[in-house]
Amino acid sequence: MAETEVSKKRKRPIVRLAVLLLSHSVLVSVICCTAGVFGLLLLPVLAKNTYISENALMPGSASSMLSNQEVSEANKLIKELNNLHSNPLGATTESHGIIAKYMSNLGAQVNNHKFHPQLNQFHPLHFFSGPDSGVMQENSTRSLYGINTVGIIRAPRGDGKEAIVLVTPYNAVKGGVRETLSLGIAYSVFSLLTRVTWLAKDIIWLVADSQYGEYAPVAAWLRDYHTPAFSNLDSLNTETCHVGNNNFESKISYGIRRSGTMAAALVLGVAYGNENEDTLGIYAEASNGQMPNLDLINIVHYLAVHRQGLRVKVEQFHWLLNSKWVKSLGEVFESLGKMVKTLNPDWKLGISAADYVEGAATLASSLYHQALGVPTGPHGAFRDYQVDAITLEFSLRISFDRLDRRNDFLLHGGRINGLLGGITLFHF
Amino acid sequence: MQIEASLWNASWATDGGRMQISLSYAPFEARYRGFDVARCSVDKSSDMNQCYASHYWWNEVKKFRVKEMELSFTQGRWRYEQWGGFDPLSSNNAKPPGVELWAVFDVPQSLVDVYWRNLTHTLSGLFCASINFLESSTTYSAPELTFKPSFGNLRYGTLPREAVCTENLTPWLKLLPCRDKAGLSALMDRPSIYRGFYHSQRLRLTSSESGSDEVDSGIGLEQTLTVVLQPSSWRTGKTYSVETNIQPSWSISSIFGRNIPGKCVIAKSSNVYLHLDNGLVGELKNLERENAKYVANTFESEGFQSNHAFKISVTPDKVFEEVDYLHGKSTSVIYGFSVEKYSDSQPFDLGLTWKIPVVWSCQQAPLHASRFLMGSGNERGAIAISLESTESSEGLPTSHIIDGRCELRVDIFQVVPWYIKVYFHTLQVFVDKQPRAMADVVDKIRVSPSKDKVSPGVMEMILKLPCGSKSAAFSLEFDKGFLHIDEYPPDANQGFDIPSALISFPSFNARMNFSEDEFLNNSPILSKFQETSPVLSYTEVLLIPLTTPDFSMPYNVITITCTVFALYFGSLLNVLRRRVDEEERILRSRAGRKAGWISQLLSRLSAKLRGRPQEQPTSSLPYSFISFRLVLKILLVASIAVTWQYYFG
Repeated sequence: MAETEVSKKRKRPIVRLAVLLLSHSVLVSVICCTAGVFGLLLLPVLAKNTYISENALMPGSASSMLSNQEVSEANKLIKELNNLHSNPLGATTESHGIIAKYMSNLGAQVNNHKFHPQLNQFHPLHFFSGPDSGVMQENSTRSLYGINTVGIIRAPRGDGKEAIVLVTPYNAVKGGVRETLSLGIAYSVFSLLTRVTWLAKDIIWLVADSQYGEYAPVAAWLRDYHTPAFSNLDSLNTETCHVGNNNFESKISYGIRRSGTMAAALVLGVAYGNENEDTLGIYAEASNGQMPNLDLINIVHYLAVHRQGLRVKVEQFHWLLNSKWVKSLGEVFESLGKMVKTLNPDWKLGISAADYVEGAATLASSLYHQALGVPTGPHGAFRDYQVDAITLEFSLRISFDRLDRRNDFLLHGGRINGLLGGITLFHF
Repeated sequence: MQIEASLWNASWATDGGRMQISLSYAPFEARYRGFDVARCSVDKSSDMNQCYASHYWWNEVKKFRVKEMELSFTQGRWRYEQWGGFDPLSSNNAKPPGVELWAVFDVPQSLVDVYWRNLTHTLSGLFCASINFLESSTTYSAPELTFKPSFGNLRYGTLPREAVCTENLTPWLKLLPCRDKAGLSALMDRPSIYRGFYHSQRLRLTSSESGSDEVDSGIGLEQTLTVVLQPSSWRTGKTYSVETNIQPSWSISSIFGRNIPGKCVIAKSSNVYLHLDNGLVGELKNLERENAKYVANTFESEGFQSNHAFKISVTPDKVFEEVDYLHGKSTSVIYGFSVEKYSDSQPFDLGLTWKIPVVWSCQQAPLHASRFLMGSGNERGAIAISLESTESSEGLPTSHIIDGRCELRVDIFQVVPWYIKVYFHTLQVFVDKQPRAMADVVDKIRVSPSKDKVSPGVMEMILKLPCGSKSAAFSLEFDKGFLHIDEYPPDANQGFDIPSALISFPSFNARMNFSEDEFLNNSPILSKFQETSPVLSYTEVLLIPLTTPDFSMPYNVITITCTVFALYFGSLLNVLRRRVDEEERILRSRAGRKAGWISQLLSRLSAKLRGRPQEQPTSSLPYSFISFRLVLKILLVASIAVTWQYYFG
């Protein structure tokens, strides 16, 4: 008996601690789990507002200067494209011609990009694609192809090392007013950017043909941009398109035009909103839960809220917004925060219950999408090339049929332009 | 030589006001007493270097034994498609963004590097630029094949990221005889220069001395400022669907905001030239031909001065026409204006007003070169150079016919920093989209592979492309290297720059032939245009994203190590100065006192942790319960899954 006691005494304290923990493993795991869940629930309370030094970035210094001329031109483009929908047969090729014509009228360099969609484009274990990746299974999809239209503005004083990509998915066959409207916004932004002299980076506008989903065209364009085919054998862009009877059509090259390294990408979309305000939705999760540089999201958020007066809505779980227990939890935290504040007014822990609920819903949605690992939009394709990208989705109160309303909406292009200006400056 | 004196009427100069200066005695006569010039006397035999004074250029050149040198500061990119790539202007003056410096030394090869280093330091000080970064051997290279004919004494370096600003322009202006105060250089108004699309200030030095005691030794300094400005009524691209848009008219005062107030007093000649390039002249001739009925022969006699396309506000003093002996195609026209007769009261203000819209394109280099990156990820990638034939090249009788084959010679000079580890054996060549063996296309190649942290990789290629080829592409694979933490430049996350590649076409000459004229020989710029020089073009600078460490990491490491050290030394000291007996005595006396329940609880817990026997035995888990719990867990998970599926599935 005495011997065992001596041996017990000689055990090192860390071992004894481990033995103790193991013997109460259930209790310990329950405690850890609750602590984890509690920590998760506490996160919205602890979240701090991100600080952006305005002097360092001057994100809002690019003031929006969108004039009526741009808006009316954008409207003309929308009208022309909408008229095409009545005749769905020739709509595909003609719409490319129209978009390309508008782009080159602005002085941009335009080219078309033909691609075969890759149907099984998502690989869960495919983190970064190397230079030799992206070999397509061609034969099965030979007959199917889509055409992206790409326009590039060279920054007048820049050195062309970097570029910012603007993507608008557009389906010429099935795309409704919604998609033409997003084209209109992108056009007005683009036309404004051709005039400004402060651009530090080139701007690439990619009108992605979303017949085969929104992800595939962007991914195909990125793949061809980064791994061009020099030899005739495996390139399909050299085939000339004989469908277009338009004279202008023949002038557009099918070879990829390049700018510099991509610094950031923005995907623009328009959604029918059913809310009371015009809102801006931000989607950021890429494949395998990868996130872009959060500065990009912060800048967009900051500019949208503080400069442009938009209501920003980062993706949320809506059922959480209405759930009772989150609300009551938020109230508990609110009262706790108030109590803490009476103890020491310097401690700023309390947030209002509504804020808490919103934060929790955003957090849950982000957790869910990151865990799921499926990109939430075409911006996911950029992440494979380590380009920061987010999707911006504008949603509106009223339908777009009324013209004045549409003009008003297009003037929002100015706001996006402010955003873009900020981003170019930020990435300078 | 000149001696100056000045009169001072301040209190410190007049002995507290006692010896006032009466200006009524003017003019004054100054007498110097004990006058001594601190001179430096040089015998024929002794070394000149002892009279060195750093603020004179000629001394620099002599000291560093520079035979030829060129330094350029450039902001923006030269757009070869819009601004032309064939004429002497673009071939000589289009430079890569940032700083480019090359120098040929007149010293033995073993000493060239030493002299180069000293030269970079001097220039860095003179021009307020970070040219001293070119000192390290990782940044400069010694091209032999393609850049210039040299014998190992040429060094070439670029700094693509150098931002060019006024502090670089000011030292450059100081080298001008009248700075920017008078003459042509009065136009160099900083805001208007830096508002332009492109500006490049260039300084070229040639020393014609062959020996130190040669009589006719001399140094030539050539300064060029190339600016692409935007007329005030400029708007990018075309205005919406208004095709009949007249190109903007301009005048010197509207572009620069200043006029030329006559010539600089010590300038020998001071001229302004207006160059109408080939495309424009051809276009105008076509217009003339259409309206030939009433404007017959205006071109021959007056050289477009009174045409209906545009109007020049000042009558030119001279009109030069380029003579193309080979074929009677449209050639360029240069108007010469002498500034000498203008003055402050009547400044020189040249203006050009367009009357009708004319669309023309500039003459392009035979092949348009572009360079881009391939691949993604932080591990490897590839550099691709693609050459595409331009339309203008087709009509030129330019290519050399060797052994019955028509070939086009293209030289490529490419420097790659060491952290981009290029594998030169992976060079792939495609001509007209067909893969070709390297030996078919590459005539000569010189490669010096990079050494880590010692020297950059240099590739020089002389290509012989078949004449009719529409396109050619080259790709080179590389691995991305790692840098030491203090080798990262500021803002490393943006990426690393690969300097521009230089593409030259030695079989094409960018020169203008003018009919012989005496005036031409007096004008340095025109004689420069007449020199034979190959057509050059620079590609874009590439930006390669490299892996960057978390730059706060070293500080974290330092903090953690310091903490660990502090803990270690603290406990060690504690052990060293502890007296064991004393401690036990204190403990015993403390145990004698009555302890509260908290301390009892603590002591019990500590007893448990120490492994001493305690009252309650540790409750060990009854094993029979485990299976039951397992079942319970599985049921719980299943029920959660079912509810999830029911509500949200």
